[in-house]
Amino acid sequence: MSLIRTTDVTPTTPAARAEAAAEEHATFRGRALPWLFLLPTFIVIAVFVYYPAARTLRLSVFRSNIIVGNEQFVGLGNFLELLSSPVYHQVILQTLVFVVLVVAFGLLFALGLAYLASRPIAGARFYRLMLIYPYALSPAIAGTLWLFLFNPEIGAVNTLLDALIGIKPRWLDTPFLAFFLVVVAAIWKGLGYNVVFYLAAFQNIPGEITEAAEIDGANGWQSFWRVVFPLLSPMTFFLVFTNIVSALFDSFGLVNILTRGGPVYGQTGITTFLVYQLYEDGFRNFKTGAAAAQAVLMLLLVVCIIVLQFRYGNRRVHYGA
Amino acid sequence: MARSGTRGRGGIWTHVILLVAVFVVAAPLLFALIKATQAGAQVSGPSLLPGLHFLENARAAWNGAGLGRYMLNSGVVAVCVTVGKTTLSLLAALAFVYFRFPLKGLAFALVLFTLMLPTELLIVALFDVVSGTLHWADSYAAIIVPFLASATGTLLFRQHFMNIPASLSDAARIDGAGPLTFLSRVLVPMSWNTIGALAVIQFVSAWDQYLWPLVVMQSDDKQVVQVGLSKLIDVESQSSWGAVMAGAILAIIPPILVFTALQEQFSKGFSLGQDK
Repeated sequence: MSLIRTTDVTPTTPAARAEAAAEEHATFRGRALPWLFLLPTFIVIAVFVYYPAARTLRLSVFRSNIIVGNEQFVGLGNFLELLSSPVYHQVILQTLVFVVLVVAFGLLFALGLAYLASRPIAGARFYRLMLIYPYALSPAIAGTLWLFLFNPEIGAVNTLLDALIGIKPRWLDTPFLAFFLVVVAAIWKGLGYNVVFYLAAFQNIPGEITEAAEIDGANGWQSFWRVVFPLLSPMTFFLVFTNIVSALFDSFGLVNILTRGGPVYGQTGITTFLVYQLYEDGFRNFKTGAAAAQAVLMLLLVVCIIVLQFRYGNRRVHYGA
Repeated sequence: MARSGTRGRGGIWTHVILLVAVFVVAAPLLFALIKATQAGAQVSGPSLLPGLHFLENARAAWNGAGLGRYMLNSGVVAVCVTVGKTTLSLLAALAFVYFRFPLKGLAFALVLFTLMLPTELLIVALFDVVSGTLHWADSYAAIIVPFLASATGTLLFRQHFMNIPASLSDAARIDGAGPLTFLSRVLVPMSWNTIGALAVIQFVSAWDQYLWPLVVMQSDDKQVVQVGLSKLIDVESQSSWGAVMAGAILAIIPPILVFTALQEQFSKGFSLGQDK
């Protein structure tokens, strides 16, 4: 099914179309049977997603300590405390800067590289594979590799810098350098995933469209921005969302190994992001209530992002047609 | 594809940019590979010449630091999670596409909504449930069972099934096949690309687990490789970077193998599902 046809000919909303398709397929009978098939999935999500989610809500209004086992109802106290804490303000701010940088530059690089690697050039297969492979690396391993690469004494980067211009920056002890390093490492780590999806999107664009643009006199740059890029907007919106989520949550392994949240800048470590703070409060400082309240605030953030994604995502899709 | 126009123009720059990008992307791993083959003293020096000590370093990590045990644990967990998730999402998608039942919309929304609740968010309460209520702390069940349901899997299979002509299920029903027979004889053979694509994602994400095992696994001999590797850095921070790098190389082999084996399905599986 081509991208364009689904976006411009079909008059109904995607939801209505899905509904119709589902009706058409629903051939088997039985009332209990579908629930039986859903049962394993529902048991798992009930016990390990919804019940913990409900417990998180409950924990967030108590000042409690799971180790000691005491708890005291504080209502919105945990939230008020967090929202008035300068430490938490700094964590929110630097998380937002981190997410924006990682998502914006991550997608820009991936888009450009996937475009070049999708063209019919010699060695395209090699380029694609080499750009995709960081996908198979975990954030923890990425952290390990970068920790060694940027080791001030024996890392390759400082060896090179020392030989060339005689400097040996202490990457992980200098606040802005450490922040920069974590951003670059996260972009590097996410590149493979983004390139995979952009390559798939490029392959779905029929060759005739770009050809037609070229016949009409568009140069490569114009045909990319005016024709190809708009056709990619559904994929871009999908990737913006998945990248925000992974920058928010998957950054934990990278940060924990590379910087342990530090170095200290202002009120707290400059690479302490929301998920790292949640872990610190939950499992290092044993402030269970505070950690649960942070989880609730992060959930609100995720919900806001999703609402924005749906409102603006679906509208933009029609641009291409 | 006849895009002869683009072939000549800017061809050299395309190659230059791509080569630079490929080098930058590969550099951290190349550095790790080189250092993993060097002897102790050389590792901490500036030399970038490959040595002959990979096996020595790998052995130090594998036996000395227990990496072998960690990798085995991760392997068991990743395979169980991948197989379990695939099976459960196939069954759920079967129910959602081929049955009409009350509250279907609500049931689907409940599955979808779990996408917004990643483990990291629920970790404090999840720890409470798994270790307090279920007494699963320090067991494989703690890092397998909570991850067996998959909203992504259910969603992708559902979308894939809806692209399969409805006449097939009608024919199967007329032939007297039940839904499970239809699933195993017709749907599964028609879904290898989607199954392969999902298997890659699920295996890689299960293998890459870090925060949850770090929190819930206390015994060292049950720990997964991601956490185990970071312990290697803690204990011997200066001396054995060669072993750490050899360990990192070994730890990325399984996901790279799975990825390489299923690369074709991975690409195809996603271009199929992406009609929106």
